[in-house]
Amino acid sequence: MIRLEKRPLPSQFWQVATPIVAVIMTMFAGGLMFATLGKNPIEVIRTIFWDPLFGEFAWYLRGQLMVKAGPLILIAIGLSLGFRAGIWNIGAEGQYIMGAICGAAVGLAVFPTENRLIFPVMIVAGAFGGWAWAMIPAILKTRFNTNEILVSLMLVYVAQSILAMAALGFLRNPEGSGFPGSRNFSSYPAAANPEIIAGSGLHWGGVFALITAGLLYILLQRHILGFQIKLAGQAPRAARFHGVVPEKLVVLCMGLSGALAGLAGLFEVTGPAGQISIDFNAGYGFTAIIVAFLGRLNPLGIVLAGLLMALTYIGGEMAATNLGLPSAAVQAFQGMLLFFLLAIDVMSNYRLRLKSTAAKMLGVK
Amino acid sequence: MTENQRPLLLQVSGITKAYPGVIANSDVSFAIGTGEVHALLGENGAGKSTLVKMIYGLVKPDSGTMTWRGAAYAPSEPRAARASGVAMVFQHFSLFEALNVAENVALGMENPPGMGALAAKIKEVSTAYGLPLDPARMVGDLSAGERQRVEIIRCLLQDPKLLIMDEPTSVLTPQEVEILFRTLRQLAAEGTSILYISHKLEEIRSLCDSATILRRGKVVGSCIPRDRTAREMAELMVGAVLTPPERGAKKDWGDDKPALEVIGLNATSPIAFGTSLKDISFAVNRGEILGIAGVAGNGQVELQLALSGEITSANGMVMAHGVAIGAHGPIDRREIGFVVAPEDRLGHAAAPDMSLVENAFLTGAVRQGLTQRGFVDWPATRAFADQIIQTYDVRTPGNHVAARALSGGNLQKFVIGRELLQSPDVIVINQPTWGVDAAAAAAIRQAILDRATAGAAIIVISQDLDELLELSDNFAVLNEGRLSPPRPVKGLSIDEIGLMMGGAHGAQAVAHV
Repeated sequence: MIRLEKRPLPSQFWQVATPIVAVIMTMFAGGLMFATLGKNPIEVIRTIFWDPLFGEFAWYLRGQLMVKAGPLILIAIGLSLGFRAGIWNIGAEGQYIMGAICGAAVGLAVFPTENRLIFPVMIVAGAFGGWAWAMIPAILKTRFNTNEILVSLMLVYVAQSILAMAALGFLRNPEGSGFPGSRNFSSYPAAANPEIIAGSGLHWGGVFALITAGLLYILLQRHILGFQIKLAGQAPRAARFHGVVPEKLVVLCMGLSGALAGLAGLFEVTGPAGQISIDFNAGYGFTAIIVAFLGRLNPLGIVLAGLLMALTYIGGEMAATNLGLPSAAVQAFQGMLLFFLLAIDVMSNYRLRLKSTAAKMLGVK
Repeated sequence: MTENQRPLLLQVSGITKAYPGVIANSDVSFAIGTGEVHALLGENGAGKSTLVKMIYGLVKPDSGTMTWRGAAYAPSEPRAARASGVAMVFQHFSLFEALNVAENVALGMENPPGMGALAAKIKEVSTAYGLPLDPARMVGDLSAGERQRVEIIRCLLQDPKLLIMDEPTSVLTPQEVEILFRTLRQLAAEGTSILYISHKLEEIRSLCDSATILRRGKVVGSCIPRDRTAREMAELMVGAVLTPPERGAKKDWGDDKPALEVIGLNATSPIAFGTSLKDISFAVNRGEILGIAGVAGNGQVELQLALSGEITSANGMVMAHGVAIGAHGPIDRREIGFVVAPEDRLGHAAAPDMSLVENAFLTGAVRQGLTQRGFVDWPATRAFADQIIQTYDVRTPGNHVAARALSGGNLQKFVIGRELLQSPDVIVINQPTWGVDAAAAAAIRQAILDRATAGAAIIVISQDLDELLELSDNFAVLNEGRLSPPRPVKGLSIDEIGLMMGGAHGAQAVAHV
């Protein structure tokens, strides 16, 4: 019989090994899935993990890596703070949309003025939009004890409706001959977020993501607030005894994760996406949840996890176009990653024990 | 009267049971005669509970045998044990608060009779054994002592040959203990054997015919409790000579305001089914120890929360040296030298998965100056953790170890030491020695007395009356969220204390109405 036995101390080895083992197991299980779909599993896996980095089109795809990883990292880092404190913001996708709409609205309101202050103000507006959207579940939770998971998730669908309204109505390009979608920021230099180094894929969003990762790493390791966040997640009663006010922490963590998601939306709409459109959101807010856990809720781990997840996005798209793989299969592949990660995560706190037969031999019966 | 004069009921021979990392019982043997009251004596973790769980069929021994009236006995589950005539009253009750007494009793029976017949039977048994109980009352409305009666009557209805009682008096007032003992003596006289688990030596001396003493899973001796002093048995149990704690000379500190004063404190319990605090008032001066007794669940946790600042109140309800702090949170209170050690070590006083260093920071941050502009000074925090570990003899491989890896007693020493080392003015400790071995308990009590000598005002909340009487200058009882007026310990009799605790429920209730 196999039993799980709690370790006296969390295993250092498994904390590091978990993501690696999870990736390997995902490759195996995903390979099986691809094989049953009639594809050569080795070829698919190579297309997903190898070709974007070292294949024929790597010169272009490597740049795409940072484009996709930037928003994932930015959102995931914000989420990880709340997740550590046991505050579950599942609605980053909605905060991402609202950040993009708020930021874009500020920029478009002053079109076509050229001023160096426009983009910074848009950044603030984007962060505000995400923050405000996250405050709704936060305040409902602290005031009325509602469940932040449900409220934040439901608000994603509200945000999507507002996005449609914006694209079709109040932000629609007046010169767009009636087509949905806002003006394109690439033709409005004061409000645009172009690549900083050509071909690198790095725009201001990526820069913000890396800076935020560094700052929050320090916050978690060295600052009392980081200690309080960890404490609140691990032992809520001990946190209150220490002096943490849970309501304040909810507002802080929800607000920060919302603001970072809003920033990611703003950088996306002004950069790679270029405009507010009905289908502007691409699921970054949800994928970031996987990234946060894949990175073990550690800011530096999240940077690596964001890059890895971006790789599966790009590689998955390649596999879909080049090998005719259904896109649902790629999503299932990404889902497997989270599944295996959470399953193997048990190993850091528990170990497997085969029930010894020695006891039975000694025993009465 | 010795064991071999009675017909043998249960013989346990060479029982061994190991769990990963710990041997709970090692080659344990003892025997119980018919109608004998046999004590299993030992400290927490000595292996008493594991042993009786094996007799009750909850745990299977790794090796060793048992015989029941001469025949081999190896119950595979509690049902088999009950069929043989073994019944057990657990330390923690398994009752449904929303059901009445008769329904709760029926749920624990194999073939319950109809409700009417059962109610009549409960009445009959409860009067026969002097345990008054109304079958129609909701269990949620009963006191701890009355709940225990429900469990006992449930056992008695099965007509047991052996009744196992695990720490039965820990939830009872002295008067309730007297009623229970009368019942147990009556049962023994009728031929029911009783296996009585406790670490309370005076109780065992007054009740039990014989005792088996366990230490670290092994039988270290047996005795006739009546022929030994409590001290002798304690030393057998602990395996060391015990020195009672000493109080240093008292001083007059000449303060015009008490170090801590609580005035008409009301607080709603944040806990479901908790007890709210009602109009609590008391004052403690520097160098004084106030002991607060009471059966668990009468507002002890809430009082601790209200004193630590985890629940806040109107500002003037809690005063420290004349300064109102009722509306202040834990951090502000620590800043002025007011520290608290909660009862629940793992999860409340300490974060289980965090290291001892992080747990030292948990309350030490303010008074030990462990932060600089919001940033944690980890080297200083490590030094503070090491200082606690050294001063209070916390046995641990190092300060990096997670709190949950420490034994209960060691973690308790860490948690109490962490507060006492912060040179506090006011100290509140809830259950200072709960689940701690006798040597560690003595060390903790001595440390508390030393702080009082050094001029701290101390409040000890405990369910252990002996402990409170040993430590306290003044004594008060918390009952249903109300605090009795504190009285000096000197000249207080056990009977008076019992009445302060609300007396016995049922039979003696008339006495003090």
